Amino acid sequence: MAQKQFREVIRDAIREEMERDDDVFIMGEEVAEYNGAYKATQGLLDQFGDMRVLDTPISELGFAGLGVGAAMNGLRPIVEFMTFNFALVGVDQIINNAAKIRYMSGGQVKIPIVFRGPNASAGQLSATHSTAFESFYAHFPGLITIHPSEPYDAKGLLKAAIRNDNPVIFLESEQMYGMKQEVPDEEYVLPIGEAKIKREGKDVTVVADGKMYHVAKQAAEQLAKDGVEVELIDPRTIKPFDMKTVIESVKKTNRCVVVDESHPFGGVAAEVGFQIQREAFDYLDAPVQRVTLPDVPAPFSKKLFDLWLPGPKNVIDAVNAVTYRS
Amino acid sequence: MSNNTDKSSIKSRTASITRATDLPKPTRKTHKGLNISEDQLLELYESMYLQRRFEERSMQMYQKGKFGGFLHLYIGQEAVSTGSAFALNDDDDLITAYRDHGHGLVKGITPKKAMAELFGKKDGCSRGKGGSMHYFDTEKHMWGGHGIVGAHLPLAAGIAFANKYKENDRVTICFFGDGAVDQGSLNESFNLAQLWKLPVIYVVENNGYSMGTAVHRHSAGKLADRAIPYGMKYGVVNGMDLFSVIEKVSEVAEYVRETQEPYFLEIVTYRYRGHSMSDPANYRTKEELEEYKKIDPIERLKTYILEKDIAKEKDLEAINEKVEEVVLEAVEFADNNDFPDEEELYQDIYADDDFPYLT
Repeated sequence: MAQKQFREVIRDAIREEMERDDDVFIMGEEVAEYNGAYKATQGLLDQFGDMRVLDTPISELGFAGLGVGAAMNGLRPIVEFMTFNFALVGVDQIINNAAKIRYMSGGQVKIPIVFRGPNASAGQLSATHSTAFESFYAHFPGLITIHPSEPYDAKGLLKAAIRNDNPVIFLESEQMYGMKQEVPDEEYVLPIGEAKIKREGKDVTVVADGKMYHVAKQAAEQLAKDGVEVELIDPRTIKPFDMKTVIESVKKTNRCVVVDESHPFGGVAAEVGFQIQREAFDYLDAPVQRVTLPDVPAPFSKKLFDLWLPGPKNVIDAVNAVTYRS
Repeated sequence: MSNNTDKSSIKSRTASITRATDLPKPTRKTHKGLNISEDQLLELYESMYLQRRFEERSMQMYQKGKFGGFLHLYIGQEAVSTGSAFALNDDDDLITAYRDHGHGLVKGITPKKAMAELFGKKDGCSRGKGGSMHYFDTEKHMWGGHGIVGAHLPLAAGIAFANKYKENDRVTICFFGDGAVDQGSLNESFNLAQLWKLPVIYVVENNGYSMGTAVHRHSAGKLADRAIPYGMKYGVVNGMDLFSVIEKVSEVAEYVRETQEPYFLEIVTYRYRGHSMSDPANYRTKEELEEYKKIDPIERLKTYILEKDIAKEKDLEAINEKVEEVVLEAVEFADNNDFPDEEELYQDIYADDDFPYLT
C-alpha cells in the first residue's frame, strides 16, 4: 500500500492499461509534451511515444470525433478533455456518435472509448468553467458515466472503463487531483455500477457522488458528534446507478438525503429521489431531501460562489429536516 | 444587403441559374486507357442502373406508404459512388452522410438488406434500427450513413487514424454534401487529418444545393479551396462522368496510400430529385434539371458502350431486366420480412446484454 494522489492513480491506471493493451492510446490538449494540464499524464509520452500519446489542437469536436472513429475501427482511445466544460463544443460527437452509432448500426459497431477530465466547479472560475455534467451524460442511453470521489475508486474504475466496450464518461475534479489515499501496490480493477457504503449508520441514508461525497462526509462527521449516525453511500458510477444498495439502506434508515453537484431539475438527486419513493415508499418516515446547486449558473464573486456551492451545512440542514431535528 | 433587396428578388436570382455548378471537362480517356475491361464496364453499368432502379422503387414504396421517415434519393449522382468504389479496394473504408443508398450498394450491401432497412425490418442492413440515413455493413467496410451534416467527418479521420496506427495500408473515403463544407467539423477534421497525416480522402459531392440553398448562396469561395489553408492536396472532377471519377479517385487513392496524407476532392454532380421526399425543388428551374439529365451518367455510359460496340442494345436490356428483377425481389423480401422483435428495443445499445436499464 502507498499513499497516492488522485492524479497519480489516474496516470498509473492509464499507464498500466497502455502496457497491457497496444490498442489503448491517449490524446488531448497538452497531454504529451506538457505532461498534462493537471499532470495526470506525466511521463506517458516518454514511455509510449507520440503515436500513442498525442497532443491535440484546441479542437474538441475534431479530436472527440476522431476518437470515436478510431474506436469504431478497433482502437481503444482515451480522450482527455482539459475540462468537461470544453467538451460542450464537441458534444455532438459524444451524444450523437459515441452513444448512438452502435444502436443505429444494429449492434455492428463497438465503441470502446473513455472520455475523461475534470468536471464541475473548481473555485472562482465563473459560469462557463463550472458546470457539473454527471446528470447530463447519464441522461443519454449508450453512455456509461463514472464519477469517483477518491483515488482508490478512481484507479480501479478507470482501469475498468478502459477495458469496457462501451463509451465511458469518466469525471474527475481539479480540486481532487492532489487528494491522497492508500492504494494497493498490486493491480486491481473495480466493477462499474457498484455503489459503496463508505460509512455505516442507522439514522439516515446520505447518497453523495464526486466532490459532494467529501462535503457529505464532513457533514456526517459533524452529525455523529450530535448522535446522528449517517449511512453514507458513494454511488461511484452514475450510470448504471446501483439503486439496490441505496434502496436497501433506505429500508433500514427510513430517511434519505441525496447530495449532488448538478442543478436541481432532472439531476441525479431527482432520479434517485424518484426511485426511492417508488421502491421504498412505505419505508419512508420523511420526504426525501436533496442538496444540489441552486438553479443558477456559477457566480464569480467569492461571497456568491460560497453561497452557490453546497457545503456541509446544507447537508446537515437537510439531514435535520428528514430527521425532524430542526 | 441593400434595402431594396426583398425576398422575391432573391428567389428570382436563384431561379435564373441554369446550372448550379460548373462542371469540369470530362476525361478523354477510354476504358482501355483506364484499364477497365469490357466485362467490368458492363458490371459498372449494372451497378449504376441497380442504384437508380433501387431508388426509383424505394420512392414508389415510400409513396405507397410502405415505410416512413426520411428518404433522400441519390438519383443522378451514381457515377460518384460507382466510380469511387471501383477505384478503391474492397477493404478500403467508406463513410458517408444520409444520402447513402448508392454508397451502401456499391460497398456490397445486398439490395434485399438495403430495401429491408428502408422498411424498418429485422433483416435490414442495420437490423431496422438505422433506416434510410444509416446504412451500415462493417464487414464490408461500410461505416454508415450519418444523419447530422458534417458530424461524420471527424469519424473518418479516426477510422483513418486506426488504419495508420495498425499499418494496414487501408484508405478511408469520406463523402459529404456541399452543405457540410460550411460546418466547423470540416475545419477541425481537415486540420487534424493534415497535421497527423492521415490516409483519408475527403470527398464533397457538390450537387449544387445544400437542401434548397444553391451553393453560391451558402458557401463563400470555391469549395475545393477549403483545402488550401491546411496545405492539403485537392482537386475538382466531373461527377456526371464515370470515367472521370474512376481516373481521379484512382490517382488520389494511390497518392493517399503512398504518402499516408489526406486529400480533398470536389466531385461536381447533380441530384435529380428534391432534397428529400417532401421537397418539390421549387428553388431551381425545370430547365436546369433537363440540362443535367442530358448528361446523365448512366445514359452516357450506355451510349459509350453502344458506340464502342462493347455490347448491343439487347445485351444492355438484358442487364436492365435482371436488375429490375433483383429490385423487385428486394421489395418483396422487405415487404415480407418481419419487423424486429419487441426485445430488440433494448438490444444493441450497450455491448453488454444485461445492462440494467432504468424504468
